[in-house]
Amino acid sequence: MNQEEAIIAGQCDRGGGYRELVLASPRIAATVRPGQFVHLRIPDLHGAVLRRPFSIYRAAGDNLHILYKNVGLGTTAMNRLEEGRQVSILGPLGNGFPLELNDRQPVLVAGGYGVAPLYYLAEKLREKGRLLVGGRTAQDILLIDEFTKLGWQVEVATDDGSSGRRGMVTVLLDELLDTAPAGRCVFYACGPDGMLKALAERALAHGLPAWLSLDKHMGCGGGACLACVTRIRTDDGSESWERVCKDGPVFAAREVVWE
Amino acid sequence: MNAATQPDISVKLAGLELKNPVMVASGTFGYGREYADLVDLNGLGAIMVKGILMEPWEGNRTPRMVEVRGGLINAIGLQNPGVEYFIKEELPFLRQYDVPVIVNVWGRTIDEYAQVCARLDSEPGVAALELNVSCPNVKHGGLAFGADPAMLAQVVKAARDVTKLPLIPKLSPQLFAIGEFAKVAEANGADAVSLTNTLPAMVIDVETRRPVLANKIGGLSGPAIHPVAVKLVRDAACAVKIPVIGMGGIENAADALEFIIAGASAVAVGTANFSEPQTALQVVDGIREYMQRHGFDSLAGLTGSLNME
Repeated sequence: MNQEEAIIAGQCDRGGGYRELVLASPRIAATVRPGQFVHLRIPDLHGAVLRRPFSIYRAAGDNLHILYKNVGLGTTAMNRLEEGRQVSILGPLGNGFPLELNDRQPVLVAGGYGVAPLYYLAEKLREKGRLLVGGRTAQDILLIDEFTKLGWQVEVATDDGSSGRRGMVTVLLDELLDTAPAGRCVFYACGPDGMLKALAERALAHGLPAWLSLDKHMGCGGGACLACVTRIRTDDGSESWERVCKDGPVFAAREVVWE
Repeated sequence: MNAATQPDISVKLAGLELKNPVMVASGTFGYGREYADLVDLNGLGAIMVKGILMEPWEGNRTPRMVEVRGGLINAIGLQNPGVEYFIKEELPFLRQYDVPVIVNVWGRTIDEYAQVCARLDSEPGVAALELNVSCPNVKHGGLAFGADPAMLAQVVKAARDVTKLPLIPKLSPQLFAIGEFAKVAEANGADAVSLTNTLPAMVIDVETRRPVLANKIGGLSGPAIHPVAVKLVRDAACAVKIPVIGMGGIENAADALEFIIAGASAVAVGTANFSEPQTALQVVDGIREYMQRHGFDSLAGLTGSLNME
């Protein structure tokens, strides 16, 4: 873990209330792996005592790219950060996704801007595969062109049918699982708990490995405060609280106990 | 004072010799290891490690923490791996450093407090024991022992009977007469008192009309409680001869200096560690700079120098 005074290198609108923030952060950018995250101290956010965690969507050269959605006071304050502004970040944090495919075909499953860390993963995986991505509307479907350019096959589902199939991403997942090649899949997923749970149940039922990136309210981000724990079951059947920030955020589907 | 000489910021407290008066508070710094990449642990006055029980303890369900204006409310529930694991897996790491380790001790019964104290008594690398009699987030032990003077007396005495290590009861901020509780601690063999722990608090989700935290209530910490804690430290310091360790919402040197001027011999940084792990080290520099600027040679001259005229 490093602490770095990053410099805002720019930010832009990605539509639908989503923004892309670019931070010059050479030490963290040099070592961050897919699925890891940074803990950012938002300047000018008076009264806030905690940092905010963000997954990495791209790391290129000195720069880290973050996708965020305007959801609260913190992200609204982030909108106003101008180029050249200094921002304190901790990172890289967490374990990240395993990159070893063991001769399996990667299938990425994303909900909303959960697609962000999966794009960085797609860049680093040795094999190309397919992305199943879901969101509420067409505006919540991000990075499709980028994935296509990378050579990935993309399938979309939206709740209102404004892009791709109408329904949840599980519709696409069930279709995939009905096809013969599904037996060679390994899943990597990031999104809401409901989606992760639905994927986990299906992957386990089919005996397929799945890696899930969990999202829990975080305090310190470094494993000290024990706020972001999740219930994990080990192979001997015993259960314990593990820290999403330090022991995760990526866990195997078979380990996660859903509350 | 000669401007070229550095003021002496070392502290002798409860039999401990501290390089400086700035500790990190229990529950906000793990077992030191979590922050060793970022913070020079040898630069800290002391490390107060996360509360330890005799047996491993699971703590509360989630959500366990919620941020509020100027602070946060936590209900971790003292999750910890138990004293044997701490001795075997965490203490050896801390022994590599030249920094006093103060172990925060917790029990569900008076006997359990005494058992943990006895177990740690002869362990190399344990400098002192902080008795957690003020955690609002557990059903047994914690605040149940600290809110009643007779119970507090029993816990401190039971611990005193089994260890020669310095004992530091950690007091709750919700005591009406904190000076009386500090006196009870002193009379039963405490070497210092630390205060305050978090303030019992609640956040309600108005959409669901339910408490946000799984434990329903939690403990408020951070800058929001700082002025409350300063007043309590003042009251406690006036009541007892043993040293007082001040804590509650310290974010910078001025916050820490308020405690010291109010009568604290040392301070601890808590919640600020989460957002800014370097806070304690920055506070050390700030205290030194303040003492130079105001002509204090030693910290003792500054402690309790509050002018009430």
